Order: sequence, then structure tokens, then C-alpha cells
Amino acid sequence: MAAEHQINAGFIPLFDSAVLVAAREIGFAAREGVDLTLSRETSWANIRDRIAIGHFDLAHMLGPMPIACNLGLTPLASDTIVPFSLGLGGNCVTVSNTLWAGMAAHGALPDLNPARAGKALGALIRERANAGRDPLRFAVVHPHSGHNYELRYWLAACGIDPSREIEIVIVPPPFMADALAAGRIDGYCAGEPWNSASVVAGTGHIATVKATIWKTSPEKVVGVRKAWAEKHPEALSALLRALHHAARWCQDPANRGELAALMAQPSFLGLSPALQMPILTGHLALGGGAELTVEDFFLAFGKAANFPWKSHALWFYTQMVRWGQVKHSAAHMALGRDTYRPDLYRAALKPLGVALPGANSKVEGALASATPVGSAGASLVLGPDGFFDGQIFDPDEVDAYIAGQKLARAEA
Amino acid sequence: MIRKSLTVLVIDENHIRASIIEAGLREAGHEQVTVVHDVAGIARRIAEIEPDVIVIDLENPNRDMLENMFQLSRVVKRPIAMFVDRSDQASIEAAVEAGVSAYVVDGLRQERVKPILDMAISRFNAFSRMARELEEARSELEDRKVIDRAKGILMRSRGLSEDAAYTLLRKTAMNQNRKISEIAQSLVTAAGLLDPGES
Repeated sequence: MAAEHQINAGFIPLFDSAVLVAAREIGFAAREGVDLTLSRETSWANIRDRIAIGHFDLAHMLGPMPIACNLGLTPLASDTIVPFSLGLGGNCVTVSNTLWAGMAAHGALPDLNPARAGKALGALIRERANAGRDPLRFAVVHPHSGHNYELRYWLAACGIDPSREIEIVIVPPPFMADALAAGRIDGYCAGEPWNSASVVAGTGHIATVKATIWKTSPEKVVGVRKAWAEKHPEALSALLRALHHAARWCQDPANRGELAALMAQPSFLGLSPALQMPILTGHLALGGGAELTVEDFFLAFGKAANFPWKSHALWFYTQMVRWGQVKHSAAHMALGRDTYRPDLYRAALKPLGVALPGANSKVEGALASATPVGSAGASLVLGPDGFFDGQIFDPDEVDAYIAGQKLARAEA
Repeated sequence: MIRKSLTVLVIDENHIRASIIEAGLREAGHEQVTVVHDVAGIARRIAEIEPDVIVIDLENPNRDMLENMFQLSRVVKRPIAMFVDRSDQASIEAAVEAGVSAYVVDGLRQERVKPILDMAISRFNAFSRMARELEEARSELEDRKVIDRAKGILMRSRGLSEDAAYTLLRKTAMNQNRKISEIAQSLVTAAGLLDPGES
């Protein structure tokens, strides 16, 4: 039987494209009548361009990227909406062996504690500055990325000015490990498996992780060309249901082996299945023989991982303002907030009778532990969702939050 | 007034394609063309060359890094914008489909740059066509080799003449609605399984 809906989607070879990949390869898309074609791309710029000219209807995107598009911060920006999140967490900050030795000398321990690691890094940075040495160079994958914002958030909360005391450059994720080994960068923030790649190679230490800087925090999303979504609401709904089933499948420990083997294929990540296991289990080798299991390291499905919270969009927006990428205004804030579309998620999933959050926004950092929340239908557990420095982000108090951000830069 | 000729930087990891573009630009009268294959140290090169136009292939994973550099423009003295952004929809599509993108110094007039992008698009397309033809020729050669081996197996095991062996392969392919090379490959694989000494 011919599929009812043809959908073209782009993705970047990162583990968190897994839900899209599983939707196609395990057959969830076909079951919803969707013929999903996946095209692997080499840069986020290509994803953006191909969405803009209509080669792709939707794509695997960095959470802040559609917001940046709608705010006109990138070339070839086209109106993009986010009806689905591809997971929470999954990133690490990895540093070179030399930098780790320096941090360890200032008290860093292999415990992924962001406050301790940041304090040690700050002491080392000041020591280097006093000795007249060049600033450390860190890499992130894109200026409009969770990686850029969480790295900066972590550093700033530890008293390090990320705009002045270190240098931040852009490096594509598959090149991070090589750049670190070659000494072109001193550290980076990237998604898995590109951190474990450095640890396995013996050239890096994982210093801290996204899941401890901000627990259950947003990462990649499905970005959809708005014009396409408006023209094809049924196709989009069918796809969102397929992605929901695929995400549940990806999270199930019984499927880890199959998912690792699938993502290891040359057409997806092209890396050994063993390298996919840390993100699936949360059990990380940190370098130098240290190992640690991180709670909620990456969530493909649980804790409403796929719900496109408006509070997530707004937090990304506050970081764009903080680091000088956009000027704060009520209009800009509304554009950022309305990029994420929980209404579309709800509409698509309602017929399934699954647990749906009762609100479209939540106070980020309010839940200190896993908490059952009232929701339509089945039960739902959220949190813990705290920032490591104890800050709270209230999506109804954006102005105050922006005003209170330390080390912020005026718009460039 | 004589216009200063534009300085063009071509970033392409594919050496052959880069030289095809370079040749095209020189034929079109652009003498100040620099080709870079490796983006290591690209910021310094851009600062030295001060290009008016940067042409880059879309397969290059470093586009995000370059765009960020253009936006920050600390190393780049003059702000650089994405050319296709200000161009017409047809040019944008043609460029992306051909696999090329261009960035220009802000304020540069579109009519001065468009011929460069058009030339890059047509050269990129010509290169893809050439690569495709080469690939087709290569797979045709491989098909022929496997068909020859399958014929040999049939001739030995069934005592057929070469023509009869080929006719049998073709007939089987037609009946199963598959390519002769696929039938031949199946036969070679099967023969290898049945008798490792055979193939």
C-alpha cells in the first residue's frame, strides 16, 4: 500500500537523531502512513538552507536554531516551528588531558560536579592570565546551540566571563576529538558520542555534563517549515505520532542493542555500537579510568522529553539576549516563545490517550526531585529539573531574569 | 571608471572541482582567485586575502564555523553576508541544488557577483555530471566482469556455449524483472557457497 504522506527530513550524524532514524528504520512512520525520507547533512547551515528552499519539510535541529531563524539572526531564515523535542540532555564538556591536569591541581575531581569543576577552571584561568598566557580556547558546535548556552551558563555561574576570559570557537562535532587531540582547542561542549570518542582515544576528560549543569534540559528538536506545517496538518500529526512511538522504543532498555547497532550503520553515525552505549545507559567513562553513572543523562522519551515547552524556548531566548545575539523586546520575546508549538504536539497525540502535561510552560528549576504531575489521562513524572547554581527560571518573569543575568554582553 | 577586479576565494576540499572553478573564474577574467582546500587557519587567510567573494561547497562541514566567523567579523575586517540571502529564489535553489554557496562583502552590488555564482553553479553541475558518468562507467565495468564470471560458471557446470549461457542469464533476468548483473551476482555468490573452489 502506498504511503499517505511523503515527508522529507534532514539530520546531522549525532546520536540524538535516533528518534527520527528509528521512526523510519523500525517502521513507526510507515505504520502511521508516512513515507519518511532521511537525508544526512554535514552542517546546520545546510539543514537551514534546505528547509528554506523546500528540499526538507522538517529536520533534526538544535533547539535554539528555529528561534534564531524566526528572529532573523541567520541568513536564509525561513519561518520554522517546533512541535516536538528529540530528547533532553546528552551533552558533555570535555577537556584535554593537559587542561584536566591543571584543573585537578586546583581541586577538580572526576565527579562531574559543575561547581567544583568550574571553580578549579576559574582558578586555573586566573593563574594563566597572571602568567601572561593565551586564553584557553573552547569549541561549541554552533552559536545558536544549547551547547554554547550551557557552556557559557556554567562558566558564568562559576565567575568566569565566557566572552572575555576564554575564547569560544565553532567546530563541527565529528572534528571535536581531533581538534582536541591536536591541541587546536583546550576543551569543547558537544553531544555524544563525540565526548566518549575523546575518552576512548585517551585524549580527553569529561569535566562535567549538561545533565548536571541543568537537569532534564532541552537539546535537539524537530524544526518544521511553518508553511509546510500549515499546508499539511495531517501529515505532521501522523509523523508526530510516529515519533512518539519511536521515542518510546528508543528509551526502552530492551532495545539498546538494536538501537546501537542501527545508529552505528555507515548511513547514520558510522561509529562502533560500543561508542553508542554511554548515551544509552548514562554510564560514562570520564577518562583516566574514572567511571560514573549519570541520572537522566539523556532522555529520549521519559519525563515529557518530547514536549516542546514554551519555557524551554524562552530560556534559549534569554541566553540569546544575554550573549548579545539579539536585543530584548516584547516582540522578540513573543517570536521566541511562539516558535515552540505544544498545541500541535497535543493535537497529534491526544487520540493516543497518552500522558500530556497540563501546562505549556513550567518554572525551570522548581523540582528538586522526580515529581508526579497532574496531566490529561495517564500519569506523568517530571524533574528533577534544577540548574546547578540553584537559579530559577520563571517564564512569566522573563524581564527580571534577563535583568539579573551576570556577565551579560550588550548586543554586538 | 575602471572597476577593480573582484578578489575571489574558493574553499573546496575537492581538488579537482576546485581547479575547475578556478579555471572558470580565470576564463571569465577574474585574475585574483585563491583556492583553499583545508580550512585550518582560514581566518588568517581571509584576513590576508580580503576576499570580496567567498565560494564554498555545501559538503564542507565547516560552513557553521565560517558563518560564525563572518558574523563576528573580528578577524574579517569587512562584514560578510551570505550572497544567496539577497538573491532571487531561482538562484538560491540552483545554488543549493548544485551544492555551492557564496558569501560576499556587504554592500557589493548584486550584478557584479551574480555572474560568479552562476559560473560556480554551472561548474559544480558539470563536475557532478562528470563524477556521475565516471561512476556509471565504473559500475558498468564491474557488471561486465561479474556477468563474465557467471557465464563461465554456467559454461562449465551445464556445458553451455558462451552465447547460450548469456541467453539463459538474460531470460532469467527478464522473467524475474531484475538486471542481468544482479542475476549474475546471485549465481556467482551461490556457486561460491556450494563450492568454495568454484568462484
